[in-house]
Amino acid sequence: MDAIETAPKAHFREYWDRRRILAPVMISPALLYIVALVGFPFVLAILYSLSDATTGNPSIHFVGLRNFATILHDPVFIRSLENTFLFTFVSQALVVVLSSILALALSEDFRGKQVVRFLILLPWTAPISLGAIGWLWIFDSVFSPMDWLLRAAGLLGVPHGFFGADSNLYWLGRPILAMASVIVVQTWRILPLATVILLAGISAIPNEILDAAAVDGASFWRRLFQIEIPLLLPVISIAVLFGVVFTFTDMTVVYVLTRGGPINSTQVLASWAFFVGIEAGDLGQGAAVALFLFPVLAGGTALVLRFARRREVA
Amino acid sequence: MALVRITGLTKYFNDHKAVDNISLATREGEFLVLLGPSGCGKTTLLRMIAGLEKPSSGEVVIGGRVVNDLPPRVRNIAMVFQSYALYPHMTVFKNISFPLRALKMEKEKINEKVEWAAQMFGIEQLLNRKPRELSGGERQRVALARAMVRMPSVFLLDEPLSNLDAKLRASAREELQQFQRQIGITTIYVTHDQVEAMGLGNRIVVMNHGKVRQIGTPWEVYHEPADTFVATFVGSPPMNLTEQGDVLVGFRPESFLPLEVNQGHGELKQFEFEVSLVEDLGGDRLIYGRLDEQFGRQRVVSRFAPNINFPIEAGRTHLFTVPEGKVKLFDRQTGVRIEKNIPAGEPDGRD
Repeated sequence: MDAIETAPKAHFREYWDRRRILAPVMISPALLYIVALVGFPFVLAILYSLSDATTGNPSIHFVGLRNFATILHDPVFIRSLENTFLFTFVSQALVVVLSSILALALSEDFRGKQVVRFLILLPWTAPISLGAIGWLWIFDSVFSPMDWLLRAAGLLGVPHGFFGADSNLYWLGRPILAMASVIVVQTWRILPLATVILLAGISAIPNEILDAAAVDGASFWRRLFQIEIPLLLPVISIAVLFGVVFTFTDMTVVYVLTRGGPINSTQVLASWAFFVGIEAGDLGQGAAVALFLFPVLAGGTALVLRFARRREVA
Repeated sequence: MALVRITGLTKYFNDHKAVDNISLATREGEFLVLLGPSGCGKTTLLRMIAGLEKPSSGEVVIGGRVVNDLPPRVRNIAMVFQSYALYPHMTVFKNISFPLRALKMEKEKINEKVEWAAQMFGIEQLLNRKPRELSGGERQRVALARAMVRMPSVFLLDEPLSNLDAKLRASAREELQQFQRQIGITTIYVTHDQVEAMGLGNRIVVMNHGKVRQIGTPWEVYHEPADTFVATFVGSPPMNLTEQGDVLVGFRPESFLPLEVNQGHGELKQFEFEVSLVEDLGGDRLIYGRLDEQFGRQRVVSRFAPNINFPIEAGRTHLFTVPEGKVKLFDRQTGVRIEKNIPAGEPDGRD
């Protein structure tokens, strides 16, 4: 690496060192991607929600806020709205608790840790529709292996069985069990990501702080609740933010497992928007359903990001 | 107050022997300094005393009780870390009161003790601040206050001054020493800075490669080093060493002076000294150069105290001398002192 060898390249290097040129070049692919795949559909959705477009006649003819007024009087929409909140909050509450336990356990040293880490990440790497189809079989009305286990344990399919005398539980056929099922699958799906985010957060806590807590006489629980969890809060809030946004806006699990049934008892806004807008063809109303929670999500996101930032500076 | 006694303490990290069969004991209320280059095992030794590291073999006894299998929290020790390790999400008050809350002490008592500790370190006005709003010196005081607040039986410090700038370090050193004398808690202090060690310690444990090379008072370690490692690690510039037959001849730069200056100090050992550089440090002068052929033209240093006005210039050869009593002889193979039996790494404080 002598000076003579590097001299001709200096011109290029100088060029690449210029922030004003380099920065836009580097950021443009991401920007293009977002504009094409997020920005454009988003603007289109706003336009549709204010029009009476249908899949048969997608031309935009503005009708003001009529679509929003209509959906607010639709009992299925109200049900979906309630379900969305229930679905999101219960699944994310489970995710927070379970991912914290998992991440704290995985941050300890033990034999086979790498294997366990790999297994926990596995659901995240499999396509969600495939995973959900696997769960469809687990919840099958006739062949459910869970029912089989319960029957083998004598809890199901016998007179006075704990889970009833029927030979099957019909997981996806009963409103409460169906909701519980989609929540379980959504938790299973989001858990790996949250765990990995928290693991990163735990490894960022300086060892000396944990050592200091040990010397200062903190028991396991005191260390957990007064040192580790407070220091992890910004990271936990980010994990929750991701989970909430994914859960609020995604219909895969509901669509594959129940299609919103039975009788809309697991219908969420994302799936209802799809049924109204695409399957029934009312683009305007579908867009209105999909956009309904956008202000709530945007505001919530801004709040969480601000909190995480302020805590991080601390 | 409690004595810390260590016997045959060894720690392996995989195949690496970080601490190698160390035995030592503190004396009542003593300030004991563990001194050594980085990687010599001094911090590992301290962490084993604290209970943050499990010994591979050997025993740690605190206050007459073997604590090998006890977690840190029941050892009643306090520790100050190099980074201070303040809890970043808690105010200074919460930081200092943390050890007391862990003891489930009553609220009024906690307030009283925190106030006492804060007053002792002059940080009463900072109690409502968060660590990020404090300067380095203030953080260090908070760390000390947090360690002291429950009056531990042993006080462990791991390079607590190394994150301070040079000026602050000097005043913090003085305060630390005063405060330790006042409280009288047995203190074990880890540092790689020999000036810090000399200034603070009642006794110094010099370590290298996981082993104790010498335990002694600062005076002993400086004037009667047990081997060439101690001789060259303690003191700046270090002791001059030069070969003569089967022995290494060692002498401190400040004893290596022109014949005219040393005259009247008893028998003198003489050297031809070819001066190559004179460094004026304002107070002291450092004279660099080489000895004659007889000593293999070894490079050596002389240090002139400000009261020595002897004229000297680079390029000339002078007759330099060392009083016989200040000449230390070491074995050339092992580096161990020959002419005297220096207690090297012997456990103390058995009384």
